[in-house]
This record gives sequence, structure tokens and C-alpha cells, in this order.
Amino acid sequence: MSGTFIGMPKFQTAAKEALGNSQQRRNLQHATGTIRRKRAGVVDELDNWDELRQAGAAIKDNVLSHLDTYLVQLEESLTQAGATVHWAADAEEANRIVTSLVRATGAEEVVKVKSMATQEIGLNEALEVAGINAWETDLAELIVQLGHDKPSHILVPAIHRNRAEIREIFLREMGQVGTPPPTGLTSNPRELAEAARVHLREKFLRAKVAISGANFAIAETGTLVVVESEGNGRMCLTLPETLISVVGIEKVLPTLEDLEVFMQLLPRSSTGERMNPYTSTWTGITPGDGPQDVHVVLLDNGRTDALADQVGRQALRCIRCSACLNVCPVYQRVGGHAYGSVYPGPIGAILNPQLRGTTSDVDQSLPYASSLCGACGDVCPVNIEIPELLVHLRTRVVDEHRGGIPSGEQIAMKGAAWMFSDHRRWEKAQKGAELSGRALGKKDTIGRLPGPLSAWSDARDAPTPPAESFRSWWKREKGDPR
Amino acid sequence: MSTRDDMLTRIAAALEGADRIPPPQREYGATTPLPDIAATFVERVEDYRAVVERVAPDGIPAAVAAALSLATRVVIPPGLPREWVATLESVDGVEVVADQGDLSSDELDRFDSVVTAAAVGIAVTGTIVLDHGPDQGRRALSLVPDVHVCVVHESQLVGDVPESIAPLRDAVDAGRPLTWISGPSATSDIELERVEGVHGPRTLHVLLVGTDHPLPPA
Ligand code: SF4
Repeated sequence: MSGTFIGMPKFQTAAKEALGNSQQRRNLQHATGTIRRKRAGVVDELDNWDELRQAGAAIKDNVLSHLDTYLVQLEESLTQAGATVHWAADAEEANRIVTSLVRATGAEEVVKVKSMATQEIGLNEALEVAGINAWETDLAELIVQLGHDKPSHILVPAIHRNRAEIREIFLREMGQVGTPPPTGLTSNPRELAEAARVHLREKFLRAKVAISGANFAIAETGTLVVVESEGNGRMCLTLPETLISVVGIEKVLPTLEDLEVFMQLLPRSSTGERMNPYTSTWTGITPGDGPQDVHVVLLDNGRTDALADQVGRQALRCIRCSACLNVCPVYQRVGGHAYGSVYPGPIGAILNPQLRGTTSDVDQSLPYASSLCGACGDVCPVNIEIPELLVHLRTRVVDEHRGGIPSGEQIAMKGAAWMFSDHRRWEKAQKGAELSGRALGKKDTIGRLPGPLSAWSDARDAPTPPAESFRSWWKREKGDPR
Repeated sequence: MSTRDDMLTRIAAALEGADRIPPPQREYGATTPLPDIAATFVERVEDYRAVVERVAPDGIPAAVAAALSLATRVVIPPGLPREWVATLESVDGVEVVADQGDLSSDELDRFDSVVTAAAVGIAVTGTIVLDHGPDQGRRALSLVPDVHVCVVHESQLVGDVPESIAPLRDAVDAGRPLTWISGPSATSDIELERVEGVHGPRTLHVLLVGTDHPLPPA
């Protein structure tokens, strides 16, 4: 089983460790650079991209501001289509519902489609405790699971592993849980993918229960949508008798027509393709086709808390495309694990503290896991103003610790330490952002750079700090960080 | 209070005093004019490393047989025009079975190929959409066999994604699933190197049927 993020050290501690791992950094730089270029290419092909982003944001804002109405409509449509709807307030309740549904079928194993929501609630671990094996079927998730590892990227969770490591994991682990890889397996990606195909086919063909998430849930028709590449999603959604989908309440779209916006925004932003290889939609139960026992678990798990925050709620627009990760100079340097969550990168920095609250070390430090360079907001397909949210959440962290020493400031200073103490490191990171298409010459970019403290003071309506380069600011402050 | 009521109450409380934002003013279903829609479709499907051929209506049987020259066991949906596989069926050693809905997953796994029709082709994205009507069959048919020959008519082509929804609406309203297919299954999970063919059909062979395009000489 893959590990959990419980008890993660704060971002800066984990980041420092990750920075020492040069193999991971090389893998990450290569991967994020490749996807970034592909995305830029296919986004440039559409001359109405900005209009699409605005439409995406507007549809989501409409949904979020009428979420109760749309959820009730979704429930009705799903029920009418033959699905059973369950409501889960938190991870524990969702896990309990899913576990008892699986138990009721008598199955001792389930196949899983890659799903952020089920990772967020730690479903695999809960099933394991109940004696149910959960097989991840997305290739990258399989690599993570077999490697007893944690995902480090939303789209390519095994981005931190190279082919030689993957071969080793397959040779060591596959045979223990099913069909072993062929002897003489090399590290050629084609052979590795073939080994996964054979290993998983056996599981697909015998599975009685599948568990998925959903990219979109259409209120009007009760249709769920899963966007994928490998066909493992189609296998899971089609062959088993029972299908259980865990869906965050923010995934609702009003009408089928809204797919025209999101099926353009998501693939281009995510994998940098005009369209992903496979998208499946299903509407409850179709007689004679696919699972005849269909369940949908609507998951809150902190989402209503985010919804209650007027500024923060726009984070719920997120369609998990991961474009913001790929342009983030901080993410590119430290990788996904330092964020201590299934949601890494800029989206993780704004989502986790809202979903989980800001009581833990890692969640308090996440809003500082950014240089506020703005590249994330520029690529976001639903126009989430990520830098603005980071500043907002920093203020929240500081406000929550008012009274004693403002630990937000301390965190800020420590956060700056690893990233900024070496100016070459910093300049390189900036270059990453520049390559991503962000024009560094833009006036306000540098202006927003002078360190976490100034962002903190900006947000509190303190006088704007004098124009000063980051490095001179740092030099002045470095000797006396308190 | 049930969890359902509790969640709905929390949402209502979270939205108290919030601006209720109306749906955007959007012209849904806008057309994307293309100078040569079929040419764009072919080019974009080829981009995914699928095989695309343009054939005349009476060229379908020969093209299907040629595409499946290595096949031995072929499954077809119950409503597929049988003449499409007539040439293929006449080949020695080839068995063609029309699905009656009773083949198990294991039985389907013993077919090497499938031939289906399609509902919509999207030119700009090179996407084929199956709405799983009688000439396309249930989802498992076009999923488990390793080679998928898909017959698309030029009259089914639309410019871009916005135009594709209207022709799919009836199927969704009738409770049928949709499968959007853009090339063969693929993964980039290992060092971002694209590998075609994971769990879905490793070969996608598209026959685009139009009156102006006779089958090129073999
Ligand atoms: S915040 Fe925006 S860019 Fe980042 S994953 Fe979500 S939708 Fe994509």
C-alpha cells in the first residue's frame, strides 16, 4: 500500500531534504519542462483560450454559489438513473460507506481508477484495515503502490522515479501480488508498460468491484465523467458488477453542454494534448452495459469550510489539471512530497490549509511555499488567483497565532531560508518561471518578490515596502531573521 | 440530523450573504468553421499515431478485411451492418461473432479484434465519440479486444468540441454511456516517454467514409 502523509514535517523541513536529492530534481525538471512546452503549444492553437478560461471560472462560480441546489438536483438525477447516492461529511465517513458497500458484495479486492478524492481520504489504507485489497490500475499509481511510496504529482504521480527504478520495483514486487513481470524485463518504457498490462489484465477480468472518482458530475442528467489515458479507467468503469465513485461536492457541472468548456480546458492544460485518449461518461445504470450496481459518494471533507471563505472559495474551482505545478519554480525544485499532501504545488498550498485547517505545522507553512511569482495563476484554466489566495491564507495563519510570537513570520523567515539563501538557486528558479512563458519584465513581478514578509505586510494594509531588490532585502535581513 | 441534511445546511450557511452568481452568458454549441473538415480530422487522428484511411461507401468491406488481415477472431456489435464484415468473413480461418450481450469478460478477451461504427467525429481534436448505439455495442466490446476498427462517416464529423454535444444529447438522455476516443490507449508515466497501447486497444484503425474518396488502389 502506498504511504500516507500523516505526521508530515513542515514544508520547509521536507523541502530541505528534497533539495538534497538530485536524482529526483533532474527527473522533475525534465518532466515538468516537457509538459510545460506541450501545454503551451496546444493552448496557443486556440485563439479563444482566455474566453474559455473565463467561461470555466464563471460556470464553476455559478455552481459554487448555488451548490446546495445543484447537489440536490444531482442526487435526484442520479437516483432516477438507478444509482444510489451517499453523503459523507469527512474522510472517515466516506471510508466507512465505501468499506461497507464493498463488504456487502462479498468481494475481497477492488480495482481502482486513479482518483484524487480517494487518495485524499486514505481509502486504500481503510480498505486494507478491513482486509480488502485495493489495486491501483493507473500505471503511475501502480508504480507508487508497488514501491510503497507516495505520489508526487497530480497527473504523473511517479514523476520522481526513473525507468531503472521502476524496473527494479516491478521485478521485486509484482510477483508478490499477481502476475509477475517476464524474466529479462529491461527498463525500456514499452516493456515496462507491457508488464503492467499483463499484470493488471488478470485483475480487471476477475474484479467484481471498482472504485473511481469523477472529473465532473452533471447535475441535470446525473452523468459522471472520467478523463484518462491508459484505458484502465474504461476497464474499471465497464467490466465489474459494482461501481463506487467518490466525488467531491465541488465537481458538479450544471448541464451536459458545460462539458464543451471543460473538455477543451482540461486536456490541453493537463497533459498538453488536444484531447486525452479516453473519456468515459455514465449515467447511473445502463441495462446490459457495465456495472448494474452503481453508487456515488458525495464528499465534503473540508470543502464546505473552504466554501465559507469568501476569498478562499475560488480554490474549489480547481479541475486538478496540474498546470500550476509544472510552472512553479518552488515545486520544480522540491518536488511533491514536501507538501505533505496528495495535492502538491501551488494548488496544494492553497487547498490543503483550507480543507484541513491550519493547525498542523505543514498546513501552517504551506501558504509560504511560494515565491508569489504569479506563473501558477497565469496558467490556471479556471482563473484561480493563486498568489492572491496564498497571501490571504498567510494572513489567516498569522491571525490565528496572534498573541504569542507571530509564528507566521517565523515560518516565513525559515521558508525564505532554504529557497533564497543561495542567490543562484533563486535565480535559477526564476529562470524556470520565465521559461514557462511568464515575462519577467512585467513590472509587478519583481515588485511582488521581496520575500514573504512584504506579502504579509501588503495583505495587512501596511505601507508598501520601499522598492528594493530581493537580494538586498535579504542581505539586510539575513543577519537578524527575528 | 442526517449527514445529507447536515452538509446541505453547512453549504447554505457558508453561502449566507454570498453573491449568487448566475450562469455565464455563453453561446453554447458554436460552430468552428474549417476549410476542409475531413482533412483536419484525418491529420489530427494521425497525430495520435492511429491509422486513418479514407474510403468510399462501397469500399468498407474491403477496407475492413485489409485492416484485419492478421485477425482470427473478430467480435461485432449486434447492429453493425453485416456487409461491412462480409469480405472479412469469407477469409479462411476468420471467425466473426455478433455480440448478443452474453459474452463474459474472459470470453471477450479471446477475441483479437472488434469492428464498430461511431456516433460523432471531432475534427479539431481528432476524437471519435461512441454513444454505444446498436452499431457500436456495449462498452466492453470496443475495450477488451486489442485491435479496434472504427468506421466513421464524413456526415458525422463536427468542427470542434462545442458542436459535438448536441448530437450526443439523445443518447445521454436515454441513459447510455459515452466513450470519447482520441487515438490508441497511451501512457506517459515513465519519464514522460509516450508509449501507445496500455489497457485499451493498442491499435486504433479508423475508416473515414465519404463519397468523394474512393479506396486508394491496394
Ligand atoms: S489550481 Fe488551476 S492550474 Fe492548478 S491544478 Fe487546479 S485548475 Fe489546474
